[in-house]
Amino acid sequence: MKSLADLAKLREEALKKVNIRGERKGKRIVVGMATCGIAAGARPVLNALVEEIQKRNIQDVEVTQTGCIGVCKLEPIIEVYDENNEKTTYVEMTAEKAQKVIVDHIVNGQIVAEFTIQE
Amino acid sequence: MELYRSHVLICGGTGCSSSGSLTFEDKFAAAMAKHDLNKEVKLVKTGCFGLCEAGPIVVVYPEGAFYSRVTDEDITKIVEEHLLKGRIVKGLLHGSAIDEEVTKSINEVDFFKKQKRVALRNCGIINPENIEEYIAFDGYQALGKALTEMTREEVIEVVKASGLRGRGGGGFPTGLKWTFAYNAQSEKKYVACNADEGDPGAFMDRSVLEGDPHVIIEAMAIAAYAIGADEGYVYIRAEYPIAVKRLEIAIEQAKEMGLLGKNIFGTDFNFDLKIKLGAGAFVCGEETALIASIEGERGMPRPRPPFPANKGIFGQPTVLNNVETYANVPQIILNGAEWFANIGTERSKGTKVFALGGKINNTGLLEIPMGTTLREVIFDIGGGIPNGKAFKAVQTGGPSGGCITAEHLDTPIDYDNLIELGSMMGSGGMIVMDEDNCMVDVARFFLDFTVDESCGKCTPCREGTKRMLEMLDKICEGKGTMQDIEDLEQLAYTIKDASLCGLGQTAPNPVLSTLKYFKHEYLAHVEDKKCPAGVCKDLLAITITDKCIGCTMCKTVCPVNCISGEKKGQHVIDQDACIKCGACIDKCPVKCIVKK
Repeated sequence: MKSLADLAKLREEALKKVNIRGERKGKRIVVGMATCGIAAGARPVLNALVEEIQKRNIQDVEVTQTGCIGVCKLEPIIEVYDENNEKTTYVEMTAEKAQKVIVDHIVNGQIVAEFTIQE
Repeated sequence: MELYRSHVLICGGTGCSSSGSLTFEDKFAAAMAKHDLNKEVKLVKTGCFGLCEAGPIVVVYPEGAFYSRVTDEDITKIVEEHLLKGRIVKGLLHGSAIDEEVTKSINEVDFFKKQKRVALRNCGIINPENIEEYIAFDGYQALGKALTEMTREEVIEVVKASGLRGRGGGGFPTGLKWTFAYNAQSEKKYVACNADEGDPGAFMDRSVLEGDPHVIIEAMAIAAYAIGADEGYVYIRAEYPIAVKRLEIAIEQAKEMGLLGKNIFGTDFNFDLKIKLGAGAFVCGEETALIASIEGERGMPRPRPPFPANKGIFGQPTVLNNVETYANVPQIILNGAEWFANIGTERSKGTKVFALGGKINNTGLLEIPMGTTLREVIFDIGGGIPNGKAFKAVQTGGPSGGCITAEHLDTPIDYDNLIELGSMMGSGGMIVMDEDNCMVDVARFFLDFTVDESCGKCTPCREGTKRMLEMLDKICEGKGTMQDIEDLEQLAYTIKDASLCGLGQTAPNPVLSTLKYFKHEYLAHVEDKKCPAGVCKDLLAITITDKCIGCTMCKTVCPVNCISGEKKGQHVIDQDACIKCGACIDKCPVKCIVKK
């Protein structure tokens, strides 16, 4: 290490690995991870969400798990809570759909209507 | 880069590791392997979280779920429920983390919410054995800023303007100390860190070194740059093996990254850091004794001046600061003097770490802004006195400090207020006492410590403290006279005035402050031959009242066979043989044995 710039670069890399430790703020994505969710493939969805967030270096988004959300036949289900705690529920998720949610909803603030519960 | 959706932080501080937390990493890994979670969840061993009473502590992020008193069985449960299925195991959370069915994250728990962490900011957050995690939380930024953007004078000016004062006890302004060393003319200068924490019950320096060792390296390098030194010593007691090991690892990592050694940050600044192990003598916390010990001499103090800033290690100008003092420095450089000066009271800036112990619910380590009242610390953060007992006094400053009573509980804590109350900040030990503590006995305990630890160089301390202890022993045995109390007080002032170093000058404080606030307890021992708190054994008698049913249980349990009596008949204790252990009191099924 020879300069402040070297340090800043190292810090940026290192920060990505630790920034989930801290206070809660910003948007929150909750993945249903009960037996039904896991069986329907919630883990690849969860990992895809985390990966996409890291890749795009998005700050202030927290990904957590929860138990059974209740509509087991629509699993895997994820819920996105905005800053004002408004909830959007996405159903029958896949890893690819998860990436789209990150891009459209988290980054651009556009709800992906086609993935929500259809009447 | 590895991606993890969850981090499991396992406390690896001294408290938690003594209750088994060092094996947790392997156990978690094994349990997680069963569910193939090792690539999704990261295990991190951290430093002390502070709430040692509730250890071993495990915190799971991003939720901040605060698990306390974790056992081996709990690990399986946390892995299967929380890590796999995302259901926080409410039954295993710390009691304060659940409020009416709602789970709170660790930052929202009362014990942590009311704190302000500057010196301890990374403890319990980062892995102390990983320099990258320290860098992620702004580590070495301050050193980089100081070396590349600030002059030496500017660094000293910032520290001076921040109002930082020595956290080891004396409270001397740090910036001023650095100025003296800066002004001293010499080819060679040193910086040193006093990690010879000796006060009974204080463990903040240990926790900083165990939880965030890089902060000390960074701060010492900044100090060295400011005064023009190129070599440093950390004087740490050998009884702190975890702290020593983590500091060694940290120094090694810093060297590899070029943060120690030659031409740091591409400048012409060189700095090398060495660890010097101390053998654990209390007096070596005194600066001149510490320096003598570093030089390989016997650890004894010498008269000052000259002060170490002019004549320190090997006769060269030396800046010697305490661990906690250093831990504040990088934050001051990064956030500016004004930020720091805005925390605290008019003459005591910033925060202070206290080690809370004794009769208190939340035993542990906490950091609060100066000016917080004792009541907030003891009752809000500390959780009050256990078993519904009444608060009697709090002892601050260890063997050099004194007692503060209930009427002064609303005093804002700062250097000057505590001295005014006859106590002192000291290194920040805070021992809470309830109605069951005898204040004469407390004074005797601390004096017993100083008698052991007196180095023997000067007569007032060597002989005087010994004579004081004899008088206190006499009083506790019920053989004391009014003359003894008078002599005790007079001798105390003589020792304060005539001793060579801080150890002797402050050793009589526990006696003087208990005499001031609890004279009635001394009088009860001398005049009535009674110990009001029921602690001094020689002043107690254990007797069996006439409610005795003759069950013989007391007789069986007595370790010295001093109870006589027939089955179904009244039992009697032989007072001459009784050792007042109280075993019979606990055993009696009808509670007819009393101590008074």
